Amino acid sequence: MSTAVQGGTLSAPLVRLSGLVKEYPAYVAGRGNVTIRAVDRVDLDIAPGEAYGLVGESGSGKTTLARCLLRLVDTTAGRIEVAGQDVTNATGAGLRALRREMQVVFQDPVGSLDPRSRVADVVAEPLRTHLRLGAKEIEARVLTLLDEVGLGRTFLGRRAHELSGGQCQRVAIARAVALRPRLLVLDEPTSALDVSVQAQILNLLADLRREHGLTYLLISHDLGVVRYLCDRIGVMYLGRIVEQGPAARTMAAPTHPYTQALLASRPSVDGVEGVALVRGEPPSLTDPPPGCSFHPRCWLRAELGDPDRCVDEPPDLRVLAPGVTAACHFAPATPTTDHAPVPR
Amino acid sequence: MSGERARTGALPITAEQPTTGALPITAEQPTTGTLPSTAEQLIRAAAPTPVLEIRGLRLAFQGEERRTVALDGIDLVIAPGEAVGVVGETGCGKTVTGLAAMRLLPASARLTADVLQFDGRDLLTLDDGALRRIRGAEVAMIFQNPTSAFNPVFTIGAQMADVLAAHDRERGDAARERIRIVMASVGMPDVERVMRAYPHQLSGGMLQRAMIATALLCRPRLIIADEPTTALDVTIAAQILALLRRLQLDEGFSVMLITHDLGVVRRVCDRVAVLYAGRVVESATTEALFAAPQHPYTRGLLAAVPRTSASSGPLQTIPGSVPTDIGSITGCAFAPRCPVVQDRCRAEAPWLRDLEPARAAACHFPGVSVVSA
Repeated sequence: MSTAVQGGTLSAPLVRLSGLVKEYPAYVAGRGNVTIRAVDRVDLDIAPGEAYGLVGESGSGKTTLARCLLRLVDTTAGRIEVAGQDVTNATGAGLRALRREMQVVFQDPVGSLDPRSRVADVVAEPLRTHLRLGAKEIEARVLTLLDEVGLGRTFLGRRAHELSGGQCQRVAIARAVALRPRLLVLDEPTSALDVSVQAQILNLLADLRREHGLTYLLISHDLGVVRYLCDRIGVMYLGRIVEQGPAARTMAAPTHPYTQALLASRPSVDGVEGVALVRGEPPSLTDPPPGCSFHPRCWLRAELGDPDRCVDEPPDLRVLAPGVTAACHFAPATPTTDHAPVPR
Repeated sequence: MSGERARTGALPITAEQPTTGALPITAEQPTTGTLPSTAEQLIRAAAPTPVLEIRGLRLAFQGEERRTVALDGIDLVIAPGEAVGVVGETGCGKTVTGLAAMRLLPASARLTADVLQFDGRDLLTLDDGALRRIRGAEVAMIFQNPTSAFNPVFTIGAQMADVLAAHDRERGDAARERIRIVMASVGMPDVERVMRAYPHQLSGGMLQRAMIATALLCRPRLIIADEPTTALDVTIAAQILALLRRLQLDEGFSVMLITHDLGVVRRVCDRVAVLYAGRVVESATTEALFAAPQHPYTRGLLAAVPRTSASSGPLQTIPGSVPTDIGSITGCAFAPRCPVVQDRCRAEAPWLRDLEPARAAACHFPGVSVVSA
């Protein structure tokens, strides 16, 4: 198994996205056919063994990014590499080999299992598809996998409707790790689960990563989930990564005004630090604002007297502290170690 | 014996008190039958009539072959102007509690209660006409999915006008004026356009504002909000919660906020009732509940939430899963998952009892977080 290098920068990245762009055609009444850019020039490296969390609201492009990475959709521009292999142009046997290295767990635990398949077949399917194994060997592996996700032999013959949401998600995880992939893409793996069950699944994911040196790309809208599982996070807004940094530091001292608003908007069980009301709603992808796409809702810009620069010039990601980058003209370069001031 | 006690619903006034209630209540008053005790009568005389009073609410769904118990004796009282959070996981009965409070249950529902009153009126005996006059006017409901709560083929303005017409309120220009006023009060931008818009033309956040506006049209005394922000993005959810709280404080209506999210409750509620397996297992002011949860289930729920602050070691979990057949449980429904379970818990179901004023838990060993040797 690969060596886990937490947040490592020395080894070659397992995942490398360079200038990734994904556009979709859309129809807008009164304007006809337009092109919307769901992912907009994203650069992202994930080290072997690292857990990277992607957070953002609906329409921010986080799921589209993952679908490009898994080659479930073709990219519009840019390049994706996994373990040094080009994903963007892979075909045939090359793509099949890549798929063994990267697997996915989806949000809907029941919907991502074939309702007519028994658990044994769900978990065996990737083994049958990719490996030449005898029936005995497959059964042995399936039992091992079920044991790893905390399910016993009694589950072999059950079908999705006979399982709880948490159990379905355990089966989906067993299926995803069946081929011992290096990369696991987790797209909102616990959002459909109750909090007590979510905790069980999060612990399971943390254990599996430790035991198998897995690399995670976790997509979630829940900052607590990302903080628990991930070493590093990226915050997406309207197709771009607007802030990136170590998970602990970014949660404790967010630099981008959007990240600060996200943190302050989150209903915390530990008390209300302050409620940041971001003005208005996320803009439509069919009509992205000029300059910084967050500027119409930005509390910091309002505080600064609505400077023109935010409208005129899109901000580039710049380094604000070691390992911390943010795309904001006015984010302070030396973030405090305490919670950032809560915007009003 | 204890089973009988719950059904009588004559147990101490616990969750029932308004938050202001610093009235002394003894936990173990002698009670006979369903007659209110002297202490209870005194409190009733002193406290304003609750907007909603639920005692011993039991609900089962009668299927062709079997009967499924959904609620097993809910006690919940909401005072005027109070926001009460009803919290719990899937299947605990929080949504059907809200629906039962509006008598919006399907024909298969078998509903019984010692008390089910809205504003002093017995919801169990009101006829359909009287219920219709209450629903949507005196009690309004906000649902989780704003997209499906509106009819897709009528404009927002027309649907709001229908609500006013159905309750013999304003019509025509006066109705439009009333709609403009409530739309403005919920911070709706571009009101004229929204009134002419069809639901699919609005975002989820805008629709949820429109639904709140619709709920406000007839100046309700109680709003039942069932997961009102679960379908929304976090920045929009924060706006909607702040809006709901501001309106509640300004207009003085009461709120029953049904949610799985303890963080949401902490943000907008005065008091919390935690549900488990069809019962209230803990009830307290929001402050008291989060400061020192007494029921092991509440403690487990709070510990299972992943925090954005420093994390170390595995998350605390609640082993097992929620019971599916509430009707067949003997003893405490939480016992199989409880970290501090004792023999007594498996034999005898604990009833919701006062621990101190305005705070109650259904646990034989409240506050105990370590099993003694």
